[in-house]
Parts: sequence; structure tokens; C-alpha cells
Amino acid sequence: MTFDAATVVLIVPALAAALLAVLPGYRVSARLNMIAAFLTFVVALTLFVRRPPPGPYLHVDDLNNVFIVLTTFVGFTTSVFSASYIGHELEIGRLTPRFLRFYHAMYQVLMFAMNLALIANNIGVMWVAIEIATLTTVLMVGIYRTHEALEAAWKYFILGSVGIALALFGTILVYMAARPAVGEGLDAMVWTTLVERAKEFDPALLNVAFVFLLLGYGTKVGLAPLHAWLPDAHAEGPTPISAVLSGLLLNVALYALLRFKILLAANPHAVAPGPLMVTLGLISLVFAAFMLYRRRDIKRMFAYSSIEHMGIIAFAFGMGGPLANFAGLLHMTMHSLTKSAIFFAVGHIAQVKGTQQIAQMGGLTETNPVLGWGLVLGVVAIAGLPPLGIFMSEFLVVTSTFARAPWLALVLVAGILTGVAALFLRLNSIAFGEPRGAVAKAKASYVPMFTHLGLVLMAGIYMPPVVVTWFQNVAKLLG
Amino acid sequence: MRGLNFDVAHLLAGSLVLVSFLQLYQDRLYALINVFAVHALVLALSVAWQAYVQDAPHLYVTAAIALGFKAIVIPIALHRIIVRLGIHREIEKVVGVGTAMLLGMGLVALSMVVMLRVTVEADPLAREDLAFALSVVLLGLLMMVTRRNAVSQVVGFMSLENGLVLAATGAKGMPLVVEISVAFSILIAFIVIGIFLFRIRERFDTVDVGALDSRRGERQ
Repeated sequence: MTFDAATVVLIVPALAAALLAVLPGYRVSARLNMIAAFLTFVVALTLFVRRPPPGPYLHVDDLNNVFIVLTTFVGFTTSVFSASYIGHELEIGRLTPRFLRFYHAMYQVLMFAMNLALIANNIGVMWVAIEIATLTTVLMVGIYRTHEALEAAWKYFILGSVGIALALFGTILVYMAARPAVGEGLDAMVWTTLVERAKEFDPALLNVAFVFLLLGYGTKVGLAPLHAWLPDAHAEGPTPISAVLSGLLLNVALYALLRFKILLAANPHAVAPGPLMVTLGLISLVFAAFMLYRRRDIKRMFAYSSIEHMGIIAFAFGMGGPLANFAGLLHMTMHSLTKSAIFFAVGHIAQVKGTQQIAQMGGLTETNPVLGWGLVLGVVAIAGLPPLGIFMSEFLVVTSTFARAPWLALVLVAGILTGVAALFLRLNSIAFGEPRGAVAKAKASYVPMFTHLGLVLMAGIYMPPVVVTWFQNVAKLLG
Repeated sequence: MRGLNFDVAHLLAGSLVLVSFLQLYQDRLYALINVFAVHALVLALSVAWQAYVQDAPHLYVTAAIALGFKAIVIPIALHRIIVRLGIHREIEKVVGVGTAMLLGMGLVALSMVVMLRVTVEADPLAREDLAFALSVVLLGLLMMVTRRNAVSQVVGFMSLENGLVLAATGAKGMPLVVEISVAFSILIAFIVIGIFLFRIRERFDTVDVGALDSRRGERQ
């Protein structure tokens, strides 16, 4: 058996997880966690250069390459953040060393599952991988074992399981649709084969399948009205997990949806999947924008902002076409980087203040200037102000929509502006004004946060032509 | 071709829907778990029959999992849990029997209309299986929605999952069925262990999911 880069991306986290499960001592495991995540990232980078040929289980193409590199990169920076975050949690006794061992092992299992879901060439394997990712995040959300954490984990568990179950039904229907054309057995679940032969599939069956897949994986993306688990899970789990959930897991679920969207688009008689995604996207955007106003918990607020942005991304991909797809991809990348940076800042802020309640935070730019201004920069970025990256992507989404469906663009813009106003309202009281709440020095590593924000800033000012061409290729692939 | 093979498969899949209906109106947890054991037993028979008809020996593994794990181990574990938690006598009702039944019938009709219409081309065995499977899935969902108790929601989820296994085995030659049923068993084991280990009762003071409502708004 040969080890190509695609396999190594899976083997490294799997081995690290096994090792971390038995390794005592949090300093060693936090380091090992970082090293493993870094190795995975480096291996993922080599996929740009040399790509293994598609097999029945794994394959790498332009589309998932972007996702894999983004996932492993944010996975690495989050592991750096997690090392400093977890140290503090251990100090104040919110976590015990035994749970920490479990936490680190689970972190790598999650990385493994997300990489597998992205790299899988088999819709069955992809489903199993997303299920594993769901299970591990459920366990991590409940890790503090407080009343609220267990509630959040239970809610996430039940809703996530139902979503996963519906997605499986959709997967079975896709197999049923493919079987007459491709034949029985493994081939009828291999994605590359499916797309090639999609023209011959029964369109009616594909339509029904897509509805189930949209509802199923859509639950995992956090699209309204299937989003109920998301704010709780983000608010009650450890902050590194909130960062990974928002920045990565939502993307992975969206990626699964995109794969099936391509499949449907390849069949001329099937229903156009775009309008369905546009509708769900817009509902999520507008709903989340209004929900932002009444948040008292800082992590919940940014969880709703994630719903909002997933709505924008789903909308962009739903509109389709080279420009909107390009904008969607860019927005997804920028959102992952920015939102995880914000959660890095929020994690340390909550530790300094000893609470997640917005009412008990204030004047952060005075008491903790680096942290405070980091948060301000992050919120400015997520709000989509120029010259940061999200401005670019939102601008592209809006302009491409105005050219094709002006009425939809109006709703889109209204939703975005509503959300922005809410965010600034809250930011004002957190970052500026009289200092409120506990005052303490933050023992934080600011490197991950400012690396992310730096990348977002760079993308807003200058996108390297290589990246632009790459994204354009992927956008074409998405149809 | 409507021989004995078809008739038996049809009978077993139909019985699964029937047992789903039986679950809908059980208002005592103890009885509900017993009915679920019957549900899993019927599923095991149905999967075994598919294994025989399709000449697919690996499906016997799925049937064995359904029989051993879902029809025996899980019900026994759940019985012990509810006795330990002292809720085995509890009566719960959210929606009345009549309403639940009517809703259930509506869902079955819906799944027949949807599935039979889109699968005209498929072979009749897979086609009816799929329609029944979707009915079982929807009835499971209905049960999860209408119940407030964590244990009965889990039972609802498990019967939903039985419907998925029925669909997967009905799709002739589908790969990874065994792997998927193992993955689901792990998921269910997690849920059951979760109820017990995390002591949902201890933490929540009750297994009534209605008590989880505090998260619906925000903490003050």
C-alpha cells in the first residue's frame, strides 16, 4: 500500500488521536496537538503540487483541495490558541487533567473526521465521516458538564442525529437513482462516477433525494429554520470548539451540500437546486440578523452571526454562475478566518471577565488594549467594512445579485445591514466606554488571532493572482 | 414478478409501519420500550429476508445487529435505566391518541404519494420497501416531536433509524450497509450511555425535555 498525501492527511490525526488518548500531562499533549495539526496542514499544502489519482474511496480535486487546506490551517491555528486557552481553564479548575486528555484526543478525531468528509470520493464514507464529526463535537460541547453544557449537547445531539438520519435517506435515494445506470455495488456510490453518469439518472428520484440531503446536511450547516442547535452548542462548549464549529464544521456540511448540488446540476431534467438554497440562505440571513439584537451572551451573539454568514454563503452558491460562486467561495474562506479569529479573542475576553455576559464587559480597549482592539478589528472585518476581505466577497455577492435578481438583492442588503448595525451596537458597549466587570491581565497568545486577521486584511487589499485563478476554476466547477 | 419473495418482504415491511403506529400511542415508557423491541425484531426479520432474497450474506450481519443489539441489549438497558431513574410508571402525553394517529396516517399517505410516484422505474420490491421505509422514518420523527421525555425521544430516534436500515437493505446491492448500521449502533449506544452516564435526570432533575426550555430564551 502506498502512502500518498491524501492518506497521510487522514493518518496523522488518527495516530495523534490514539497517542493523545494515552498521553498524560497537558503541556505535552497540547504541544503534540499543535505539532500534529501543523503536520497535517503541511501535508495538505503538498496536495496543491501533487495530487493522487482518484480511488473508489478518496479523491482530491480543485474544489475539496481549497476546503482541506483551509480546514487544516484553521485546525492548526486553533490548536495554538487552544493550548493557551486550556491552560487557563485548568488553572481555574473548569477542566480536570483527565478531561483534558479526552479533549485533545477528540480534537484530533474531529480533524480526522472533517478531512475524511472532505476527501471522500464515496457518498457513504462522506456520510459516516460527518456523523463521526457530529458525535465528537457533541462530546466536546458537553465537556464542562454544567447544566447548560449538557442541555446544549443534548439538543445538538438530537437535532444533529435527525439531520444526519435525513441525509442518509437522501444518500440511499441517490444510490437508488444511480443503480439502474451505473450498476449495483460500490460504483454507484463513488462520486466521480456519479457525476459522469448523472445525465442518465432518474430525475424524479434525484429531486426527492436532494430535498432530504438539503434538510439533513442543512441542519448541520445551521440554516434557519434548522439552526436551533447552533447557538447553544457554540455558547456552552470550550471556545476553541466554537471556533472550529463555526470556522470549519459548518463549511464541511456545506461542502457536502455543494457536492450534491453539482450532481443535480449535471442532470438536465432534475429540479434546479439553486432556488432552494437561495430561499434557505435568505431566511437564515434575515432571521439571524434580527436575532442579533437581543443577545446578551457574547458567544451566542457570534453564533448567530455565523448563521447569518452561512446564509449569505448558501445564497451565493444557490445563485450560481462563475461570479456568485467565486464570491461564495471567497466569503466562506474569509468567514472561516475571521470568525475563528473573533472566537479566539472572545475566548480570552470571557476568561479575563470570568463571564460571557455582554452586560458585564466594557471598555476593553482600555483595560486590555491588544485583546480589545483585536476584537474591534475582527468585528469590523465580519461586518464587511472595507478594506477587509469580507467587504470584497459581500460586495461581489451583492453586485452579482443586483445584475440578475434586483429584488433578492434588496432583501440581501437589508439583511446584511441589519446584522451590521446590531454587531456595532454591541461592540460599542464591549470595547469602548467605562471599563466594566473584572479586570485582569490576559495570558493569551495573540499570534493565531492576528495571523487570521492579517490574512483577511491582505485578501481585501491584494489577492495573489494564483489564488484568484484557483478560485475561478473552482467556481466554474460548481456550475 | 410478484412471487412469494415479494409478498413476504411486503408483509414484513408493512408490519414495521404497523408497529410504528403501535409506538405512537403507548403512554407508558415500559410498554413503549417493549413495542420498540418488537419493532427491532420485525426489522431483523425483514433484513434477513432481504439477505435471503438478494443472496447477499453480508446483510445477515445487519440483521444480527438489529436482533442482538436493538431488540435485546438496548431494550434491556433502557428498562434498567428507567427503573433506576424511577420513571417507569410515568405517563406522558403531549398530543392525544386520536390526533397522533391522524397525523401518522397523513404522513404515511404522504410518503406513499411521494415515493410511489417518483420510483415508477424502479423494481417493485425496492419501490414498496422505500415507501414503507419513508413512512417509518416520518413516524419516528413524529414521535420525537410529540414526546417530551428524553427516553421516548430516543426510542423515536431508534425507530426512525430502523426505517433507514430498511431503506438501505431494500436498495439492492448497496455497499456499506453493514458499516452504516454499525455506525448507527455506535451512535445509539452513545445516546443511551449519554442518558445514563451524564445522568440527565440528575443534572436536569427530570428526564422531561420540557425542562430544557430554559435554553430557549437566554439566561438572564
